[in-house]
Amino acid sequence: MQIARVVGTVVSTQKHRKFESAKLLLVQPLNADDTPRGGTLLAVDGVGAGIHEKVLVVLEGRAAGEALGRKGAPVDAAIIGIIDTVTIDE
Amino acid sequence: MQLAKVIGDVVTSCKDENLTGIKLLIVQPLNADRQASGRPIVAADSVGAGVGEHVFFVRGKEASFPFYPVEPPVDAGIVGIVDHWDMD
Repeated sequence: MQIARVVGTVVSTQKHRKFESAKLLLVQPLNADDTPRGGTLLAVDGVGAGIHEKVLVVLEGRAAGEALGRKGAPVDAAIIGIIDTVTIDE
Repeated sequence: MQLAKVIGDVVTSCKDENLTGIKLLIVQPLNADRQASGRPIVAADSVGAGVGEHVFFVRGKEASFPFYPVEPPVDAGIVGIVDHWDMD
């Protein structure tokens, strides 16, 4: 799983039927020091996350499909938690 | 998934039989700020996307799910056409 920040929302009318009623959010993966790492990803939201929130993202198809509650959905990323705090002991 | 812009298409005559009837498009992955992110890739289309449109695509085995029960050997698939996206 990865720590990421929600940076945007996506609107799509024409999409695969398994995405119907799913919320799509743009997330920016973060390093441990909260700096951006890599490109922006698109994830389905399984927990009601909002913009600016720090979230936990799975980047694997089966896990993402389960977060969406739909088997066989063509998804590869899902938000599965909203992060309150992260503590790293060096 | 990732945002992308469709920048072209691919025509193949000799291919895996499970790819028959599947439209292959070239997509340029984008960051949320509309800048290109990495190299263009070929993705299977299941939503009727066209050149110039903004789409989102899925990577990995899940790219073949829209074609179930056929299992085409693809590793990227367009699964939605983006109307618009909003940044904070």
